[in-house]
Amino acid sequence: MQRRLHITLFTLLTVLLIVAAFGDLLLGTTHISIDEVWAVLVGESTNANYIKIVSDLRLPKIIVAILSGVALSVSGLQMQTLFRNPLAGPYVLGINSGASLGVALFTLAMPMFGVAQGSLLMRLGLTGVAWIGSAAILTLIMALSRKIKNINVILIIGMMLGSAISAIVGVLQYLGSEESLKAFVVWTMGSLSTVTRGDIAIFAPAVVLGLVLSVVAIKPLNMLLLGENNARTIGLNVGRSRLILFLSTTLLAGSVTAFCGPIGFIGLAMPHLARLTFRTADHRVLVPASMLLGALSMVLCSLVADCVAHSSVVLPVNTITALLGVPIIIFVVVRNRHRQ
Amino acid sequence: MIELRNISLGFGERRLITSATTRFECGKITALLGRNGTGKSTLLRTIASLQRPLDGEVFVGGDSTATLSSQELSRRLSFVNTERVDVEALSVYEIVSIGRSPYTDWMGRLDNEDEAMVRRSIALAGVEHLTNRYVDTLSDGECQRVMIARALAQDTPAILLDEPTSFLDLPNRYELCRLLRELAHNENKCIIFSTHELDIALSLSDSIALVDTPQLVHLATDEMIHSGNIERLFNSDFVGFDPVTRSIKLK
Repeated sequence: MQRRLHITLFTLLTVLLIVAAFGDLLLGTTHISIDEVWAVLVGESTNANYIKIVSDLRLPKIIVAILSGVALSVSGLQMQTLFRNPLAGPYVLGINSGASLGVALFTLAMPMFGVAQGSLLMRLGLTGVAWIGSAAILTLIMALSRKIKNINVILIIGMMLGSAISAIVGVLQYLGSEESLKAFVVWTMGSLSTVTRGDIAIFAPAVVLGLVLSVVAIKPLNMLLLGENNARTIGLNVGRSRLILFLSTTLLAGSVTAFCGPIGFIGLAMPHLARLTFRTADHRVLVPASMLLGALSMVLCSLVADCVAHSSVVLPVNTITALLGVPIIIFVVVRNRHRQ
Repeated sequence: MIELRNISLGFGERRLITSATTRFECGKITALLGRNGTGKSTLLRTIASLQRPLDGEVFVGGDSTATLSSQELSRRLSFVNTERVDVEALSVYEIVSIGRSPYTDWMGRLDNEDEAMVRRSIALAGVEHLTNRYVDTLSDGECQRVMIARALAQDTPAILLDEPTSFLDLPNRYELCRLLRELAHNENKCIIFSTHELDIALSLSDSIALVDTPQLVHLATDEMIHSGNIERLFNSDFVGFDPVTRSIKLK
C-alpha cells in the first residue's frame, strides 16, 4: 500500500517538475511565446536573439535551479540523519561560513590590501574562493571528527566555528569599502542567474559526484537512524560513513554555495516535506524524494522570481526560498509537537 | 560463547574492574548486577566492542573482538542499549529490518529469507500488533520490545542488554525478563542483561555476574545466593538481603 503511494507521489512530482521547468522557460523579462521556446528547444528556431535568451540564459538558469535544489535537499537530509537533529541542514557543519569567509576575504580584504586585478588570486574568482573556504572548514571538521566520538560535540563545534567566522566576516564588512561591501552583500543573497554554461561544466559533475556518494551512503544512513552506537553494533563502520557523508555534503552544499551563494531553508525544509508526504524514514525513498522536492521547490522559487521581475529587477533567490521554506519548517515542528 | 580474559576496565586512573576472567555460554541467561557506577554498562559496552578495555581481551565465538571487523562482530553479537530511538516516520517493521543490515546488500534490500527472519523476530518479541506503527507513537515498554525484535533479527548467538527493564512497570519487567529467559533456553542464545532488579535477576536468570569492585564474580544463581556476596554488597543501614526469601527487606 505504501509502495503505491510512493509510486504515485514520484510520478506526480516528476510531472510537476517538468511542467514547472517548462513554465520557467517561458517566463522572463522578454516575452517569448510557447511556440518560439519550443522551436529553440528542438533546434528549429531562426531567431538568433531568442536562441540566445532561451539557451544561454533561461536554460542554464533552470539547470542550475534543479542542480542546486537537488544538492541542498540531499545534503540537508544527510545532516539531519547523521546529527539526529531536525534542525540540522546543509550548512550545519559551517560550510557556508567557510565559503562566506572566502568570499569576504576576496571581495572585502583583497581590495584593502591592494591585490591587483588579474592576478592569480583574482582569477580564482568568487567561486574558487568560496570552494576553498568550504573545503577548509570540512578538513577541520573531519580532523576533529577523528578525535571526537560524540556527534553532538561536532555539531556544537560546527556552529561555534560558524559564529566565529561570522564575526571575522563582520569585521571585514565594517572595514571594507562601500563598493566591495555591496559585492559581498549581493553574493550573500544568492543568485541562480550568475552561473554561466561554462560554470555548469564544473558545477554539474561536482553535484553528480556528491549524489553518487549519497547513494552509497543510503544503507549507512538507514543504520544511523538507530543512533551511532546501535549503528556500530549492527556492523556499521561509523568513521568511514561520517567521512563519506561529510565529503558528499561538501561537494553538494559547498558547490551550490560557491556558484549561487548561500541559499537558505531549501536544504532544511525539503527533507521534512519528504518525510511528511512519503511517510517513511527509509533513505532508499527519502533520498530520491528529497531530490525531486528540492528540484521542484528551487524551480518554483525561480519561477516566482521571474513572475515578480519587472524590466531588469530580479529578486534575490534567498528571499524567496526563505518565504517558501520557513512556513514548511514551522508546520513540521508544530505538527510534531502537537502529536506528542 | 563470550569469554573474558583478564579484562580490566576503567577511566584513566580509576579502575572499575581488574583482571576479570569468565565465560558466558549459549542457552544461558545471565544477570549483571552491581551498585550504581561500578561499571556494568562499561563492561557490556566493552564486550560489544564499543570501547576498548584497559587491559585483556574479549573473545566472542572463539575470536578476539580486537581482530573482528564491526561487520563480523555484528553477526555474532547484538546489543540493546538504553537509548530511545525517536525518529519521525520510522515504522516498527523498518526498525526490525535495519537489524538485518549485517546480511543485506549495499542498498540494504531484504530478500525473502531476510523478510521471513524479520517476521519471525517480530513474532518472537511479541510485537506483531505493532508492526505498522511508527516508533515515535510507542510506549517505552513497546519500544523496548521492538529493540529486542531488532536484536533478534540480527540473528546473533549472543545478545547483550543494558538495563532493559528500566522505565517499565512491574508486570512489564517480569514479562520482558521471562521473554529473555525463553529466548535463551528455546533459541539457544547467550544472553547477558544488566539490571537493578535483584528479585527478577534471582528468580529468572541461570547465572549472576556481580560487580564487586574491583572484581567480577560470576556464579550460578543458587551458588551466588548462598555465597554471601549479595548481602555484603546490597546491605545498608536501611535494607538487607534475605537469602531464604531471595528478596530485599527493610530493616
